[in-house]
Amino acid sequence: MNFLSLFVLIPLLMILALFVARNRKQVLGIMVAGSSMLVTLAAFLAYNYITVRNSGNTDPMLFTAALSWFKPLHIQYAVGVDGVSVVMLCLSAVIVFTGTFVSWKMAPLTKEFFLWFSLLATGVFGFFISLDLFTLFLFYETALIPMYLLIGVWGSGRKEYSAMKLTLMLMGSSMILLVGILGIYFGSGATSMHISELAQHTMPVELQYFFFTLTFFGFGVLGALFPFHTWSPDGHASAPTAVSMLHAGVLMKLGGYGSFRVAITLMPAAAEKLSPIFLVLTGIGVVYGAMAAIRQTDLKYINAYSSVSHCNLVLFAILMLTQTSLTGAVLQMLSHGLITALFFALIGMIYGRTHTRLITDMGGLMKIMPFLGASFVIAGFSNIGVPGFSGFVAEMTIFVGSFENGDLFRRILTIAAVTSIVIGAVYILLTVGKFLQGPLQNEEHGKLDDAHWFERLAVVTLIAGILYLGSFPTEIANMISDSFGSLLQVAK
Amino acid sequence: MSYFDNFLIMRSEVSLLTVILFLLLFDIIAGKKGKKYFQPVAILLFALHTLTNLVPEAAGEAFGGMYQYHPVMTIIKTVLNVATLIIFLQSKHVFDGNEMKDQRGEYYFLTLSTLLGMYLMISSGHFLLFFIGLETASIPLATLIAFSKHCKKSAEAGVKFILLSAFSSGILLFGISYLYGTTGSLYFTEVSMQISHNPLQIMAFIFFLSGLFFKVSFVPFHLWTADVYEGAPTNVTSYLSVVSKGSAAFVLMTLLFKLFGSYLYEWQTLLFWIIIVTITVGNLFALRQQNIKRFLAFSSISQAGYIALGIISGSALGMTTVIYYIFVYIFSNLAAFGVISAIESRTGKTDIPDYKGLYQTNPKLSFVMMLAMFSLAGIAPFAGFMSKFFIFSAAAEQGFYLLVIVAVVNTIISLYYYLRVVKAMFIDPNGQPLPALSTDSWNRASLILCTAAIIFVGLLGFILDMIEKQSFGI
Repeated sequence: MNFLSLFVLIPLLMILALFVARNRKQVLGIMVAGSSMLVTLAAFLAYNYITVRNSGNTDPMLFTAALSWFKPLHIQYAVGVDGVSVVMLCLSAVIVFTGTFVSWKMAPLTKEFFLWFSLLATGVFGFFISLDLFTLFLFYETALIPMYLLIGVWGSGRKEYSAMKLTLMLMGSSMILLVGILGIYFGSGATSMHISELAQHTMPVELQYFFFTLTFFGFGVLGALFPFHTWSPDGHASAPTAVSMLHAGVLMKLGGYGSFRVAITLMPAAAEKLSPIFLVLTGIGVVYGAMAAIRQTDLKYINAYSSVSHCNLVLFAILMLTQTSLTGAVLQMLSHGLITALFFALIGMIYGRTHTRLITDMGGLMKIMPFLGASFVIAGFSNIGVPGFSGFVAEMTIFVGSFENGDLFRRILTIAAVTSIVIGAVYILLTVGKFLQGPLQNEEHGKLDDAHWFERLAVVTLIAGILYLGSFPTEIANMISDSFGSLLQVAK
Repeated sequence: MSYFDNFLIMRSEVSLLTVILFLLLFDIIAGKKGKKYFQPVAILLFALHTLTNLVPEAAGEAFGGMYQYHPVMTIIKTVLNVATLIIFLQSKHVFDGNEMKDQRGEYYFLTLSTLLGMYLMISSGHFLLFFIGLETASIPLATLIAFSKHCKKSAEAGVKFILLSAFSSGILLFGISYLYGTTGSLYFTEVSMQISHNPLQIMAFIFFLSGLFFKVSFVPFHLWTADVYEGAPTNVTSYLSVVSKGSAAFVLMTLLFKLFGSYLYEWQTLLFWIIIVTITVGNLFALRQQNIKRFLAFSSISQAGYIALGIISGSALGMTTVIYYIFVYIFSNLAAFGVISAIESRTGKTDIPDYKGLYQTNPKLSFVMMLAMFSLAGIAPFAGFMSKFFIFSAAAEQGFYLLVIVAVVNTIISLYYYLRVVKAMFIDPNGQPLPALSTDSWNRASLILCTAAIIFVGLLGFILDMIEKQSFGI
C-alpha cells in the first residue's frame, strides 16, 4: 500500500466517522483531527519528495503504485506525484484545514455540511495523486457534485439558481471532457489508461486537434476559461465561506492542473497548433475579469471576478508552453489559491459581523476590526503583486516566461495581459479605500468585535503561506520546473 | 443425452417452476394461520432459488436446440433474480395491508410466471419457444398492471398495456412468419445462416425488431410507458422498469448478434437513430413531469437509450457493459422505487412537490433517494458513473463518437431533472413536509441492499471482469 493513497483514505474515513458522529463537538473534533492529519501528511510528502530528489532520483513520477481495477478496459488505480502534484496537494491540505476553522460556527446541519465538504476534499486529493485517466476523471467528478448541495443548502442569496448553474456548467464541461478522455484512450491505441503509457503513444494529428479541443475545453471551464466563466461569480457569491475558499482555492486549480497534465502532455502537437485560439480567449478573460471587478460593489463578486482574471492567467501561462511560463502557472495556482482563500475567509468573517457584503454600506471598518482589516490589506497587496508577497513571484514568472516566447503574436498578448496588474491595483485600492477607510457608514458597525481565535488561526495560516511563497520561492519553483523538463521535450 | 439431461440443462427454469408451483399449492392449501407466513416463505424460497442458480455451468443445449444455454445467461438471470427479489422485499408491506391482503398469492404467482417467460425468452434457440416466452412474460404482466381492483387508473393502464402488447406481438409474429417463409426453419442457428439481403427478410427483420423495441420501450414505441407506469401499482411499475426492460434489452442484444449478425450495418444504422431519439425524447419529456412515477417512466426510456449504446457497439466489450449497466441500473432504479413505494403506501403522495422538505422528517429515505438519483444521473463516485463510463467506452471503441456526444449532452439534461428531486428533498423549504414514516424491516433490507450496491458495486472491479469472462463468446 502506497502512502499516497492515504490522501484519499483519510477524507473517506472522515466521512465514515462523520456518519456516526452524534453531536457538534464530535463533528468538529473529527474535522480538526482529519484536516490536521492531511496537513501533516502533505508536509511529510513534501519533505520526502525533496529528499528523494536531492538524492539524485530523476524519475518523472515518484512514489508510484498501480493496481489493476477494471481489467476489460485496462483501467488501473495508479498513483504517483511529481513536483506539481506535491505543491498542489500541500495547497489543498492547507485550504481544507483553514476551511474547517472558518466554518467553526456553521449551522444548521453541521454534520451534513462537513460530510459533503469531506467528499469534495476526497475528490480533490484523489485527483492530484491519480495517474490513470479514469481515476483522474472519477475524482474530478467526485469533487464537482458536492458543490450543488453545499451551495444549495447552506448558501446565501440566489443560491438555487447559482447552484444549478454551476453544477450544470461544470458537469457539462466534464462530460465533454469524458469524450475527450475516451478519444485519447482509443485514438492513441495504448493498452492502458495510464498517463505515462499514453504519453509514449503518438496520436494522429487530426485526432489530436479534435480531442485536444474537447479536453482543454473540458478542463478549461473549471479553470474559468472565458467566456465559460459565468458560473464562477454567481457560484462563489452564493456559496458559504469555506466552500468558496475550497472552490476558488483548489477546485478551480483542477482545471489548470488537468489541462497540462492531460491535454498538453498527451497531445503536444495540437497544443502547439491550437494554443493561439485559446490564448486569445484566456487573454480576454484576464483583462475582462479585472475590468469587471472594478464595477462590482459586492465584496464576493469583486473577489470572484478577480479569480476569473487570475485563473485565466493560469491557463494563459500554460498555453505559452515555455518552462518558465509553466512554472509560473503553477506558482500562480498556488499563490492564487492562498490569496483567494484568504479573501473569501475574510469576506465571510466580515459578512458574518456586518450582515452586508456591499462596500457602499460599509466604511471605516479598519478601526473596528483591525485584525481583519489588516489581513484584508495584506491579501490585497498580494493580489496586486507587491514584492514580498506570493502574487509578485507568480505573475513575474508568468510574464517573463510568456515573453520568452519569441513569437510576436504571443508577446503582444503578454503585454495586453500585463495590464491586468494595473487594473487589479485599481479595484483592490478602491475597495480597501471604500470599506476599510473613511468614516463609519453604519453606527451599528461600531459595536462589532474583531476575529475569534479560530478565525485568527485560519487567517494567520494563510498569510504565513503567502509570505513564505513570496519570500522563499526558489525551492518550490525548482521543484515545479523540474517536472516540466520532460514534458517540454515531448512537445518540441 | 438422456431425456433427464435435458432438464438438467434447464435447471434454472425447473427450479423457478418448482417455486411457482409450490407457492400456488401453498396459497390454496394453507389455512388462515398458515397464510400469515405466505410472504416470508415466498421471499425466502425465491432467495433460495436465486442462490442455487448463481454459478454458471458449461454451455449446452436441450431438446434438439430448442433451448440453448450459455454461461452468460446465468449472469443475466441472476441479475433479474436479484431485481425480482428486491421488488418482493419492497412489496411485502403493500400486501400486509387489509386492502390487498387476499391478492398476495396471485401477485407472487403472476410475477414469477412472467419471470419464467423471460427466462425462456433469454435461453430460447427456436422462434416458437421464444414466442411462448414472450407471451408468458407479457400476459400476466397485464394482469399485474391492473392489479389494484378499486383503482380506475390501474385498470386503464392494464387495458392499454394488453392492447399494445398484443399488437406488438402480432407484428413480431408477422416478422417471424416471413422469416419462416424464406428460410423454412424456426431454429435460430438455421435461420441465421440463410439470412441474406432479401427484401422479404429485411421486412421480417424490421417487423421483428419493432416488436422487441416495444418491450424495451425505445422511441417511437414508447407511448404506452408513461401511462402504464403511472397507473400500475408501484411495485409492478418497478418490475416493469427494471426486470421487463432489462430482460428485453438483453434478448434484443443476443438476437441481434446471433440471428442478424449479417445485418450488422443495417441494425447499427437503425439503432443509431433510435438511440438519438430515445435518449433525447425520454429526457425532454422527463423535464416537465410532476408525478414521480411518470418522471421515472421517461427517465427509464432514456436509460434504455443508454443501454442501446452498448448494443450498437456490437463487440464483446459492448455486451459486457450492457449487462453491467443493467446490473447497476436495477439497484439505482429500485432504490428510488423502494422509497416511492414506502411513501405512497403510507401517505398516497406521488408528486415531486410532495417531496419538498422530506429531509427534515425522513433523512434516511431522502438519503437513499438522493443516492438513487445520483446513480441514475451517473455521478461519481457511485455505481451509475462507472456503468455510464463503460457503456460510453464501448461505443467510443467502435468509433461512435457522435453518439457519445449526443449521449453526454443528454446526460447533462438528465442531471437537471434528477437534481430537481434532490432539490425538492434537501433545499426547498416546506412548512408541512410529509410526516416521519416508518418502513417495515423487509423494505428497509431492500433499501440497505440497494444503497450498499450503489456505493460499492462500482468500486469492485472484479464484477466487470467476471461478466466479461462469461460474455466472451456469444
